[in-house]
Amino acid sequence: MEALLGRIGIWFLILMLALAASVGARDPGFAAHATIVAIVAFVLMWATAARYDPLAKAQSLFRMPTGPSRYDDDPVRWGVIATVFWGMAGFLAGLFIALQMAFPQLNFEPYLNFGRLRPLHTSAVIFAFGGNALIATSFYVVQRTCRAQLAFPSLARFVFWGYQLFIVLAATGYLLGVTQSKEYAEPEWYVDLWLTVVWVAYLIVFVGTIIRRHEPHIYVANWFYLSFIVTIAMLHLVNNLAIPVSLLGSRSYSAFAGVQDALTQWWYGHNAVGFFLTAGFLAMMYYFVPKQAQRPVYSYRLSIIHFWSLIFLYIWAGPHHLHYTALPDWAQTLGMVFSVMLWMPSWGGMINGLMTLNGAWDKVRTDPIIRMMVMAVAFYGMSTFEGPMMSIKWVNSLSHYTDWTIGHVHSGALGWNGMITFAAIYYLVPRLWQRERLYSLRMINWHFWLASAGIVFYAGSMWVAGITQGLMWREYGADGYLVNSFVDTVAALRPMFLLRATGGLLYLTGASIMTYNVWMTIVGRLRDEASLYSPGHDEAADRPINAAVPAE
Amino acid sequence: MTVYETLRHFADSYGLAILFAVFVILCAWPFRPGSKGHNQAAANSIFKDDHDGQ
Repeated sequence: MEALLGRIGIWFLILMLALAASVGARDPGFAAHATIVAIVAFVLMWATAARYDPLAKAQSLFRMPTGPSRYDDDPVRWGVIATVFWGMAGFLAGLFIALQMAFPQLNFEPYLNFGRLRPLHTSAVIFAFGGNALIATSFYVVQRTCRAQLAFPSLARFVFWGYQLFIVLAATGYLLGVTQSKEYAEPEWYVDLWLTVVWVAYLIVFVGTIIRRHEPHIYVANWFYLSFIVTIAMLHLVNNLAIPVSLLGSRSYSAFAGVQDALTQWWYGHNAVGFFLTAGFLAMMYYFVPKQAQRPVYSYRLSIIHFWSLIFLYIWAGPHHLHYTALPDWAQTLGMVFSVMLWMPSWGGMINGLMTLNGAWDKVRTDPIIRMMVMAVAFYGMSTFEGPMMSIKWVNSLSHYTDWTIGHVHSGALGWNGMITFAAIYYLVPRLWQRERLYSLRMINWHFWLASAGIVFYAGSMWVAGITQGLMWREYGADGYLVNSFVDTVAALRPMFLLRATGGLLYLTGASIMTYNVWMTIVGRLRDEASLYSPGHDEAADRPINAAVPAE
Repeated sequence: MTVYETLRHFADSYGLAILFAVFVILCAWPFRPGSKGHNQAAANSIFKDDHDGQ
């Protein structure tokens, strides 16, 4: 009872502080964020009081594990649901901004214009969809590979819910115009501080579980997860060094200026790609592909070389985002050279993932989850081929600032990150909710083909758009003047924008089918459907030639 | 020499050599003699829970 009152007291204190911050705020954005924190504190205070039941100590609101004999899977279940939810939100935002490019009337000023919705889309898919997938799968994988329960159950719950609060603060901030205008690092200083606390808690839970492991060896997937957690912590801290203008205001100034700020930003930005979207998702590949294929990874040695090469090379590749800028030429060349070197470990890793199916390639035909994984790993290979190619200065002089870059990002994000996450979700849901199988396997097939067709539309249209744009920008006439104005290029690209939106619609439709499939599986239904593959057996024809009729 | 120049010289010489040596050692480590069995056991460790409960 006293502990309960104490907890209510803490929530009440936070509620009061948040209300005070809201009243004293310097700008409406900060006031809105303080109000969100106050609402969360109020809901928690109310829920704590309403749930008061002296007998039910073990299973409280946050479903703490009842004993050490089971894996602590509740945060994983929440994470899977959050992944699906934020995925739908992020894909929908993406489709909407794609339509805004084709139909400018859809820019509803000021909250829903392209400039505010674009970071909402990127953060929703990368940090909300991808981040929840990484948190959920890392908590699942680290427990299974260490054969140990998740360390610090209450801290793990804080990580999950704290991360959701971070997402809500970031997303509302973009709509309200609270941004420090750094790509993939838009949230302002106080949201950054909150994420730092959550991330340190994440590190403690993950490392704590590894320390308590019952397996002597730390499986390679955990190496990738750990490198993702540690590197993101480092990147986040350095890139967000900033001085707030006031204690109760949302504005801040970066600790760096000019080209140093740009380089720090793209050191961060590229390694967010390298360690959030690559290392973390490779951890999924190294666990879920072998598990689903029921075969060990093709070469464990290659996976370790893959790991160390990514660690040592990726961190230098960032300057390729700043070709032909004020950045010193040697730094640009350094970024380009390291990007090109990344070809080898990336393809080594892709080969390792694909060759895991060596001797079991028939599963690509019979198992739609394996098919999705193969597509994901293939896109990992394709986008890590395209990326280094675009980082070569000669190519970059054409591709930089054009839609080719957007196409490249999406072949990686939709093809690699999206597909491997969908496959992991399909793997996890029946196991986490103890179902016999998924609601429908045929729906996975539909999802697979809709998503694949969507990516083809997207990447294809953006290649054409990017190269068109690049060539139009650099075209000059006999008198030395540029031939095309910027708006000429926009008009020329409109058909491509429409094709891109079509691709996005297909991808979103596929994800909607997944949402339905996951929902029905959780509810406990099984779809009555024909098996995907039948042996093609005809009982009537399966007879010896009748001996009474002699052969001629 | 300024701090920048000192660091820059270190990065171009000893720093580069040390990082490269560490990288090569880490990559060569799984190929050390007698490690084959360990690698195979590690690759198969994720399947242990298929046989003895969750």
